[in-house]
Amino acid sequence: MRRSMLFLPGNTPNMLINGSCLGADAVIFDLEDAVAPAEKDAARILVRNTMRDLDFRGCETIVRINSIDTPYWKRDLDEVLPQKPALILLPKTGCAADVEAADDYITLVEQRLGFAPNTVGLMPLIETALGVENAFAIASARSRVAALFLGAEDLTADLQCQRTKEGREIDYARHRLVVAARAANVAVYDTPFTDVNDDEGIRTDAAYAKALGFTGKAAISPRHVEVINQVFSPTIKEIRYAFEVMDAIALAKEQGRGAIALHGKMIDAPIVARARQTLDMARELGIGREDL
Amino acid sequence: MTEIIRAASAGTLESSDVYVEIEPRTQGIELQLESVVLGQFGGAIEAAVREILAQFQVENARLHVVDRGALDCVIRARVETAILRGKGDN
Repeated sequence: MRRSMLFLPGNTPNMLINGSCLGADAVIFDLEDAVAPAEKDAARILVRNTMRDLDFRGCETIVRINSIDTPYWKRDLDEVLPQKPALILLPKTGCAADVEAADDYITLVEQRLGFAPNTVGLMPLIETALGVENAFAIASARSRVAALFLGAEDLTADLQCQRTKEGREIDYARHRLVVAARAANVAVYDTPFTDVNDDEGIRTDAAYAKALGFTGKAAISPRHVEVINQVFSPTIKEIRYAFEVMDAIALAKEQGRGAIALHGKMIDAPIVARARQTLDMARELGIGREDL
Repeated sequence: MTEIIRAASAGTLESSDVYVEIEPRTQGIELQLESVVLGQFGGAIEAAVREILAQFQVENARLHVVDRGALDCVIRARVETAILRGKGDN
């Protein structure tokens, strides 16, 4: 379960060492934008040590490396891959060839380390107009790709438009990424909401992303994590309904009936699939029938 | 053996970090340590610094370490970075 992903600047110890206590399902150690060029060496060593020595149990680790058009990305991977991050976030992914280049190098390092293939997943960061247009090709380029991630700040710069709180300028990209990711059967994560002090704004923005089909959302501030987790968790009402759907299915099966209705509405395959997803998440959150 | 050929530094003076300066020296290790928790953890900090120096086979260097309550993994990272910068890797 990956509802929230919290960015942590890769060269800032007091953020890194507390990363697992901030409630996020995953933390993203950032070696890219949060780190000045002169500190890239220090950050990758610090992130490597932090991942190696601190306990991040219950909190997935992701590393945003530098993009493949920089001299840093292979050294980033050399340092962090031995620590087995769940995912590598690959910035400025514009086409399938970018994924292939990263995947080829990760495969080499994995083999060198004796890891099973695809031990570490890849999450292309789509933050250019080219990346948006190539989203499906990127998502389906290699089996290592586990998710797409929308980066709206760089994208709006590339689109030559203003980034607004309402986000109308990224609507097309959001829709396009969700469809591309779902078509490729991978997860999809929404861009962070950047106004740290707007509690209502983050809730509205996260709810909109969930309504579009995003799997979860990134955060640049620990203040946003709890809201994102709430928005991307099933409600008690949804969980109760999902149990009712599964009970109705079981009963119909027992009685040999094909068509089933619940509260006057026919239950079809998509409703059952959604109920299963809801119950899977409820299970991960430790919510059972007895809690309803 | 790794030779320190130039003065270099790593880290910051922010909370939970440590600032490490390293420079060439002709004979042995000279370590000057300042810490907000010197009484409690001075020995452990010095041991971590010396362990990384040994790991990189640095036998001659002068170090000035200013600790702001850094964890062991942070101290080791900053000393390693200072060594790599001082030996001219970057």
